[in-house]
Amino acid sequence: MNSTSEVAGEGVGNAVIRTAAETQLIVERSLKRRYRAEMRFRGYGLTAVGLGILFVVFLFTTIGMQGASVFRQTYVQLPVYFDPEIIDPAGTRVPNDLIVADYQALIRDSLRERFPAVEGRSNLRELYRIVSSAATINLRSAVVDDPTTIGQRQNLYLLMDDTVDALLKGKTDRAAPEEERRLSDQQIGWIDALLVEGLLELRFNREFFSNGDSRDPEQSGILGALIGSLLILLITLMLSFPIGVSAAVYLEEFAPKNPLTDIIEVNINNLAAVPSIVFGLLGLAVFIGFFGLPRSAPLVGGLVLTLLTLPTIIIASRAALKGVPPSIREAALGMGASKIQMVGHHVLPLAIPGMLTGTIIGMARALGESAPLLMIGMVAFIVDVPQGVLDPATALPVQVFLWSDLPERGFIERTSGAIIILLLFLVVMNATAVILRNRFEKRW
Amino acid sequence: MTPSALLVALAALSVLAFWVGKSRSLAVVGGARGTRSLHSLPGYYGLLAALWCALPALAILVLWLGFQDSILIRLITANLPVDVQGLPAAQFGLFVNDVRNVIAGNIPATRVSPVTAAAAEQYLQLRGVARLALTVLVLVVGVVATLIVRSRISAELRARNKVEWLLEGFLFACSTIAVLTTVGIVLSVVFESLRFFSIVPWHQFLFGLEWSPQMAIRADQIGSSGAFGAVPLFAGTLLISAIALMVSVPLGLFSAIYLAEYADSRVRKVVKPLLEVLAGVPTVVYGFFAVITVGPALREWGAALGLSVAGESALAAGLVMGIMIIPFVSSLADDMITAVPQSLRDGAYALGATKSETVKQVVLRAALPGIVGGVLLAASRAIGETMIVVMAAGLAANLTINPFEAVTTVTVQIVTLLVGDQEFDSPKTLAAFALGMMLFIVTLILNVIALYVVRKYREQYE
Repeated sequence: MNSTSEVAGEGVGNAVIRTAAETQLIVERSLKRRYRAEMRFRGYGLTAVGLGILFVVFLFTTIGMQGASVFRQTYVQLPVYFDPEIIDPAGTRVPNDLIVADYQALIRDSLRERFPAVEGRSNLRELYRIVSSAATINLRSAVVDDPTTIGQRQNLYLLMDDTVDALLKGKTDRAAPEEERRLSDQQIGWIDALLVEGLLELRFNREFFSNGDSRDPEQSGILGALIGSLLILLITLMLSFPIGVSAAVYLEEFAPKNPLTDIIEVNINNLAAVPSIVFGLLGLAVFIGFFGLPRSAPLVGGLVLTLLTLPTIIIASRAALKGVPPSIREAALGMGASKIQMVGHHVLPLAIPGMLTGTIIGMARALGESAPLLMIGMVAFIVDVPQGVLDPATALPVQVFLWSDLPERGFIERTSGAIIILLLFLVVMNATAVILRNRFEKRW
Repeated sequence: MTPSALLVALAALSVLAFWVGKSRSLAVVGGARGTRSLHSLPGYYGLLAALWCALPALAILVLWLGFQDSILIRLITANLPVDVQGLPAAQFGLFVNDVRNVIAGNIPATRVSPVTAAAAEQYLQLRGVARLALTVLVLVVGVVATLIVRSRISAELRARNKVEWLLEGFLFACSTIAVLTTVGIVLSVVFESLRFFSIVPWHQFLFGLEWSPQMAIRADQIGSSGAFGAVPLFAGTLLISAIALMVSVPLGLFSAIYLAEYADSRVRKVVKPLLEVLAGVPTVVYGFFAVITVGPALREWGAALGLSVAGESALAAGLVMGIMIIPFVSSLADDMITAVPQSLRDGAYALGATKSETVKQVVLRAALPGIVGGVLLAASRAIGETMIVVMAAGLAANLTINPFEAVTTVTVQIVTLLVGDQEFDSPKTLAAFALGMMLFIVTLILNVIALYVVRKYREQYE
């Protein structure tokens, strides 16, 4: 078009009248350039789309590659002698005494038995360090569950330290100088010896799914964060769905056109675009500062995320209500139904699938949200799995944030693993929303 | 009864009230045959009775529980020894805290002073009395209200209208929660900010060039005077947002153009959701990606080119944030482009324009206001984005426009000031609220303009 306007401009300015044939010549001459521009423009678009897809693929493969290894963890198979002298020297078998017994000593004995050549305090300490301090938990539960194991000799899988795990997964550079590694040459020697005998094994990482947070990578898990997230989501769902649907019904079906409802409308649209961290400030000042609710509690998290997701749910629910044709309302009113009956018996049942879709999408957003939760203190280091909505807890995305800050290699893997779990939940939720929409969406 | 048990009892009572109301209405007109002479369906009389049974009692319950604790504390204070009552406020607060911990069972009563234990015991005793009184009151109110409604039930009672009026009131109340949220946000940031500005003058905050919020704990402490000049934070926020927009606007716009104008519907059906996946990924994931992959990669490339790139450079955070916003820009632009009427395109084609000429000179110009609105929304998103910058941007408040250096942002500082233990009245905490207010105001202005522009644009072609 550039060229055609040039032609026209010239024509007027110089008052030269061109014949049709001349004009055609000019256009034809410019065609090649214009088609090249066309190809270029198309190329830009294709590049943009390609880059976008590349980012998606790159993001997911990076996370996937880093996180896939978290689902298996290194264990060593060692014979452990449940020495009555160590566990219960008095022979009383009182459960409380069994719980506090020195199970570490059993593991130490077993390691010494396996490597009888190791001598000297510091060498022995190095040897003991290749097994995780959490390995005792298995022994303890075995004894407490069944006290007759005392005095027996069992072949058990013991959890190894995260440094050993990293070595086995090829994440530690063996060629690096000793002082730059977290394992000494001696320790690597023992590990290789165990490896040759086939005693070291990568097995399903139970700890990751059954533990709360921990300072030791090999024994930290996502269960606490997962339960915290579920509690938060439960509260959010229980509050935001009824409130959101009611608000949408009021605004769509009942609200008179007046300044007050206008304010409400503009408000909801603006609220949907307020940064999430501001909701965190609100939660901190109002729920914790003013109402005195406990910090780090899933209840406060749920309340804050309710306010955060409400605009999304209201907007989606209103769209669903708009989708119900007016003829249905008119028919109901014509049959003598009251307005509430018309909505409750006819409009709502037709709009519910759309509302549910919107709610699930809102919940997915709430699940991935972490900034407001930081504000209300859900970033504390919490080992215990929360039992109720007032217990201190953390959430899955916040756990990702906490782990991403830690320097140990094992935590990088765990961060990615937690992200994979988080994304898995999001995919399931969004897929449900899509299925719901495709299944129940009616075109009138 | 404990409050939760009382709630269950009240629920049971109102179910009973429903039955009472319903059967009364039937009895008034002489059984099921007479329903035609009733104004409303019998169920509505039941509902009316149930609502009257539950609502006043519930209001009493909530009010009572709201005030119970402070009244009880005051009562036990009156009985305390004089030396405890005369304690300074802070120490008295600690004493009350101890009492509460004993009450909650966090500390065994044997491990605290006898005064504390006695106070806790008295509290528990009083609470027992209060609970008994509350139980009686709530149940009596419920029963009496039900009986009153029952005596009023007649064939002419407009039960349905009354119930519907209540329901409509509930719906209205729900819709005001959004307004209340906004009011809550405004009040909470404004009050704390005002307290902050009474310590630090506002012009020092808005125009000061130095940010180091460490306050001196003791007067003689060196090097921590506490400076609250927020300009470096604003500059850092703008720098990172600008980088993010420079990535996301061209990429988002071009992919929207390609998908709306060039791609055939099958490609569009696959690619569009794929791009929108980027919008569904939680921001912590982007933050982790920036820290683990993008940051180190940029530093390496920078080193190869002879540039010194900080590990937490503005560039890394901005780039990743840009990737996050791509789908946001592209879906808004897509809406705007598809809203342009086909007749405009046909007109351009008829004049001999190629497709790209049509897009550049007709479609984009027609869609410009909408696209500008979309970009403004994206900018407000970038300014308010928290997790990516908390993880990938630095903490040092450098006043620079060099994207290879580390800068900090408003949101990063809010998080660092508020995470961890803090008192509510230290200037550090209050500063976070002042920053929050700035953030809220700026994003609000951007949103209002953007929503206005977009709405006007939509109306133009509708």
